[in-house]
Amino acid sequence: MNATPQSEHIVKSYDEELGRLTGEIQRMGALALAQIDAAIDSVIERDDDAALRVVHSDAAIDALEQEVSHDVVRLLALRQPLARDLREVFAALRIAADIERIGDYAANVAKRAIVLNQSAPVQLASALPRLAQLAVTLVREVLAAYRDNDADRALDAWTRDEELDEQYTGLFRELLTYMIEDPRNITPCTHLLFMAKNLERIGDHATNIAEYVYFLVHGTMIGQSRRKGDSTSMSVAPFDDPR
Amino acid sequence: MTDAHFSVGHAATPSAAATAARGSGRPKMAARGLDFFYDGFRALKDVSLDVAEKRVTALIGPSGCGKSTLLRVFNRIYSIYPKLEARGEVLLDGENILDAKFPLNRLRSKVGMVFQKPVPFPMSIYDNIAYGIRHYERLPKSEMDARVEQALLQGALWNEVKDKLKQSALGLSGGQQQRLCIARAVALRPEVILLDEPTSALDPIATGKIEQLVAELKDHYTIAIVTHNMQQAARCSDFTAFMYLGELIEFGDTETLFTKPTKKQTEDYITGRFG
Repeated sequence: MNATPQSEHIVKSYDEELGRLTGEIQRMGALALAQIDAAIDSVIERDDDAALRVVHSDAAIDALEQEVSHDVVRLLALRQPLARDLREVFAALRIAADIERIGDYAANVAKRAIVLNQSAPVQLASALPRLAQLAVTLVREVLAAYRDNDADRALDAWTRDEELDEQYTGLFRELLTYMIEDPRNITPCTHLLFMAKNLERIGDHATNIAEYVYFLVHGTMIGQSRRKGDSTSMSVAPFDDPR
Repeated sequence: MTDAHFSVGHAATPSAAATAARGSGRPKMAARGLDFFYDGFRALKDVSLDVAEKRVTALIGPSGCGKSTLLRVFNRIYSIYPKLEARGEVLLDGENILDAKFPLNRLRSKVGMVFQKPVPFPMSIYDNIAYGIRHYERLPKSEMDARVEQALLQGALWNEVKDKLKQSALGLSGGQQQRLCIARAVALRPEVILLDEPTSALDPIATGKIEQLVAELKDHYTIAIVTHNMQQAARCSDFTAFMYLGELIEFGDTETLFTKPTKKQTEDYITGRFG
């Protein structure tokens, strides 16, 4: 079930201000998606310059978040939004914060790419683009759900974060195995692990966004607590039992 | 909240959770299947609504929705005009006040009213308060002085007027006059206070003082307030009723009504999309 289409406000400028806010969120989202893609490319291509560009571009997302915060405060002070409008403004503030964090994680991946490039090339990173692809899909889905006020689509993406968690757990185990096999892998694999963790966190922020889209549409939070698929905090290194 | 709360013909009752949060809040007054006619024009249509004891119930809705009419039926103030007729029941502690046998004097002493425009009597501040008391009780001067002081204290006006009780009430500011009117209503020790847009003629500071006063008074009195200012309803009421074209559209605890109303008409009205 999704929102019934909203009629316009009697005061037209109110609609313009709310439209401006959602536009800013969309722009932030598009930038964040481009940042994740560019960061992963810089890992695959071992391109320091591209990675550096990602690190520097994060400032644009931060600046947009500032704009959103400013507009939210302005709307609260001048319009005193209620009901659906209030949820819209509240959700915008929270979603902007989540997108800003997603941007930070993309920049972190790029920073690690620069460090990783100082080691000899490793052939271990194939699972990473798959993880990134899923993270990008989830972010794209929740942003589309936000654009269309589509709570069902948000809920769907929210459920799919589990896949990302499971892929991450798989990658974690794989990298651990490589490190045990050859200690020379420890440095590059550690960087790859951190990158994977960053991508997994991006998925968590995508689920946050899904929750706010759902709240925006229905006025209630998603009921059930999501089962966490990331079980790496309980994982130990696989080893051959000598007995 | 369930749809049963909004259905016509059933009493709309505050949600159990909201009521439980602050003591009993049993219905002090209640409209049951209430219709009201202005010379044949049906201004209230089958309205059923509970006004919880020692809580603030706000009535909101566009002009002509019947909210002021409903408030006026609660103390039968309409009965001074001909060609006005109420059908159905309005219960005060379970007794139907619309019954001709219910003494008007008793009703007015239990249910006080304050209007949009402050209407102090053209007499001293002291006498404005004492006038109503004298109507019901004969008190020695010392007792009357104490009653006047108590009423002015409850009206949050005492400190501003204690040195000029013999001066004309017409010399007070608009906000002070309105608090005097509230004090005058309180002086009769009513059980219910009806406020009909009490701050629409006041500046924000005077409005703030009245709202603070309402917050203090609700510990002792049941309050119903009609207001065009939605933020005011949100700020000072526990329950809010939204009315439109003489019907009760939605009624519930104020927080829910202003964050997640269930009816589209309510949503459109409170977000400024109406019409």
